[in-house]
Amino acid sequence: MEILYENLLKFQWQDIVMILLGCLLIFLAIKKEMEPSLLLPMGLGTILVNIPGSTALLGPINELYNAGIANELFPLLLFIGIGAMIDFGPLLTNPKLMLFGAAAQFGIFFTLCMASMFFGDIDAASIAIIGAADGPTSIAVANTLGSSKVGAITVAAYSYMALVPIIQPPVIKALTTKKERMIRMPYEQRSVSKTTRIMFPIIITVVASAIVPDATALIGFLMFGNLIRECGVLDSLSDTAQNVLANLITIFLGISVARNMTAAQFLQPDTLLIMGLGLVAFIVDTAGGVLFAKLLNVFSKKKINPMIGAAGISAFPMSGRIVHKMGLAEDPQNHLLMHSIGVNVSGQIASVIAGGIILSMFG
Amino acid sequence: MLLSNISLGDAGLVAGLGYAVVFFGLVLLMLVVLLVGKCFTASEKRKPVAEPVPAESVQAPAPKEAPGTAGELKLYNVDPKTAAMLMAITANKLQKPINELRFVSIKEVTE
Repeated sequence: MEILYENLLKFQWQDIVMILLGCLLIFLAIKKEMEPSLLLPMGLGTILVNIPGSTALLGPINELYNAGIANELFPLLLFIGIGAMIDFGPLLTNPKLMLFGAAAQFGIFFTLCMASMFFGDIDAASIAIIGAADGPTSIAVANTLGSSKVGAITVAAYSYMALVPIIQPPVIKALTTKKERMIRMPYEQRSVSKTTRIMFPIIITVVASAIVPDATALIGFLMFGNLIRECGVLDSLSDTAQNVLANLITIFLGISVARNMTAAQFLQPDTLLIMGLGLVAFIVDTAGGVLFAKLLNVFSKKKINPMIGAAGISAFPMSGRIVHKMGLAEDPQNHLLMHSIGVNVSGQIASVIAGGIILSMFG
Repeated sequence: MLLSNISLGDAGLVAGLGYAVVFFGLVLLMLVVLLVGKCFTASEKRKPVAEPVPAESVQAPAPKEAPGTAGELKLYNVDPKTAAMLMAITANKLQKPINELRFVSIKEVTE
């Protein structure tokens, strides 16, 4: 008889809290549609690893973690899918948009300073990369650096990515006037040759890797996916990368990241601090992009709508769409989508480079 | 490991340096992409363009003049109304549409 309730007696309040947290993640994924593809497996994984005596933790989840996250494999494979999903056309039409992607990485480095007041260098650098607004980069960097806060960092990164529509608009509005938000930016439609589209991922891989060798794997896999998309002879592989591969890896990534969601690792005051610093990173990223655009407007005759700077935080394609919607809200004839998406994809490249820089400095 | 636990000042320095490298990287990428884009544009311009086709051959062939009399018929002592009537009668007699007939002139013969 004792065997029936023996394990129940091992439950501690921390385990219950974590199981409730797992349920909350599942709720947010289903009801609020907050990054459901990741938060749902992560939520269930959290429940699995917090049941006392669970064989899941030391069994399959641990194995998956070692096979795919500890060695960076899953984030990199996911990058192939992301690369295959991205159309760099708007950026190739106007390569100057790349500057905004760089500007909007300010949150990473600002957060690094903030986090260094509370954490050791490895954890501070890992927390700072939440500002990349890019889940796979955050996981890859935090893992490579050997941070003990991977679970909290992953939750923060994906949660804030899902909350971009709530976080960004107030920051953008606070930093811009209505007149600035109404600045129109006519889009000059230029055709981008197929050769240019094919050369782009190769050039980016070579140049970015030469500057930041630690970003080679991240940028290389991202651009590999894009090359599959653009080459024109691998449509079925491109389709597989965008759908099957990305979905499969997301399932494994979500459930295996939960290995770090045990009560002992997660239920600490540090977790709240990490969540707070992550929010700071997103806010400062947004502010960095907007203020950079305003700075350019001081010198430029052709005015730029400063809102597009905010799209440089990566979080593709949500951030680009938010800026577009905000532009339409101010002026129904003001279509900023092509500019904001161009900035958004440049933010994707910039965040990977920033991740490589963090790795080279702290790895 | 290049750095162990760092002070706020050191973190600021590292952050500034890191941010500068991100900018440098993106500016370099931008320049390379611009340069490559210009090279491709220039090479596309250099490509031999097909010989321009003479304007005459480009123009769609002018529709053939309807074989009829419009503008060509010369009337000698015949008013247009009588001429129209004569042409209609001729077409009717020949069982041919009037626009397939070519009238050169209509002349009133007086004896």
